[in-house]
Amino acid sequence: MFLKKYISEVFGAVRSLLKGMRLTGYYFTHHKEIITQQYPDNKEEMRLPDRFRGEVVMLHDEKNEHACTGCTACELACPNGTIKIITKFDITPEGKKKKALDTFIYHLELCTMCNLCIEACPTDAIKMAQNFEHSVYDRSKLTKKLNKPGSKIREGVE
Amino acid sequence: MLSIENITHSIDVWLNRTFSPTVAVLLESLIVGLCVIGLFALLGLVLVLMERKVSAYMQIRLGPNRVGPGGSLQTVADTLKLAMKEGLTPDGADKFLFNLAPFLVIVVAMMILAPVAFAKGTQIWDINIGVLYITAISSLSVIGILMAGWASNNKYSLLGAMRSGAQIVSYELSAGISVISIVVLTGSLRISDIIASQQDGWWLFKGHVPAVISFIIFIIAVTAETNRAPFDLAEAESELTAGFHTEYSGMKFALFFLAEYVNIFIVCAIAATLYLGGWMPLHIGHWAGFNGVMDYIPSSLWFIGKTFFLIFMIMWFRWTFPRLRIDQLLNLEWKYLLPLSMVNLLLTALIAIERWHF
Repeated sequence: MFLKKYISEVFGAVRSLLKGMRLTGYYFTHHKEIITQQYPDNKEEMRLPDRFRGEVVMLHDEKNEHACTGCTACELACPNGTIKIITKFDITPEGKKKKALDTFIYHLELCTMCNLCIEACPTDAIKMAQNFEHSVYDRSKLTKKLNKPGSKIREGVE
Repeated sequence: MLSIENITHSIDVWLNRTFSPTVAVLLESLIVGLCVIGLFALLGLVLVLMERKVSAYMQIRLGPNRVGPGGSLQTVADTLKLAMKEGLTPDGADKFLFNLAPFLVIVVAMMILAPVAFAKGTQIWDINIGVLYITAISSLSVIGILMAGWASNNKYSLLGAMRSGAQIVSYELSAGISVISIVVLTGSLRISDIIASQQDGWWLFKGHVPAVISFIIFIIAVTAETNRAPFDLAEAESELTAGFHTEYSGMKFALFFLAEYVNIFIVCAIAATLYLGGWMPLHIGHWAGFNGVMDYIPSSLWFIGKTFFLIFMIMWFRWTFPRLRIDQLLNLEWKYLLPLSMVNLLLTALIAIERWHF
């Protein structure tokens, strides 16, 4: 019984090692699998993976409208205080006061691209963009206002 | 026909005609020494580049591709960088041993090169105990590693060196037993005899299953002896920064690095000599036609081809397998490889006595 276990262990080990070697051998012979991006040279045709996370942006449509209700769910979800939302009160046509977004402040220098704010957003107003060339000469340029000037909330988004 | 054998012979004749025999021998030693140093430098450059490219392709990367055409001058640039760096000696180090260790390691690597047959009639020193000489000298390199680890006055270096000691002492056993199984089949320790005995086929094919098993055990054992992944416990970047050469810099580090790659070449050359016929072309029994065609390929190309094939195999292991823990490493040797190689040696002896091999 002991001998059988010993021999089967040896064979199992050899088989699993060969399995690994088959994969690396496949990669060695199939150069089209290479995923390296030769970055500054291929700036034009570079394609990043879909789930690459560069920075948080707010989506605006052609009428300069966004979907942010100013609910601050993203601010609460952020683990390191990257997002600060300043709200205001709009007067609706019916004369009621309604909470709305005034300024969406995003501190890129604090952001870890963890994606928690995007998951927290109930209206999909923000998303992760693929832009990663963030270097600037002045730190204050990294503090960004995400809602465009003059933008307002899209009709029907609650 | 132009061959290395003829060139060396004509140089020998010319030297003996021009100078007295003593001066001729001294000059020949000098030439051989220079050739070995040149070979070392070339091997270092080629093998490091090969390793970086092979590892890159196995990890779906591109590898060095900026310096020179296709990155081929990358290792030259690296060597220049290392040559210009300062060779620091730490304050608390044992200065003499610390500076001696890299040279000891490289000298050991040079000494093993002596009985290796590079091509037909191209051998520095064809002693009658060639295989014994190789196994004896190769176990000396652990002294250089222990020296480096001990003299560095650094806990990582010491840990790495001690691990390396335990590892090399263990794996010498199965490497030695694997070598013995070929000696048993050949009946000679002389390298040229071993190659000549493979005239009608390589031992890997002639020796049935035991030869294959001992070949595999030999490759595993020498991978461990050269301190390469999956047995790179002596360096273990993730645990011990760089193991026994943590404190080394500049050319002293480069010597360790060079010795590692030269050792790979040497052990692969020995494996090729013992199991794949060294410079002997692929001959099958007495098929005169086939053997004649194979003889057209120069013997040096056969040797280099086989050696680089084995080097590629060892690189393939390195970039596929994860590192073993120290207890797993010693278990593998003492519980699996050693019993297996002992039983295998008995089988080989039986084959040799009964003349069952082809």
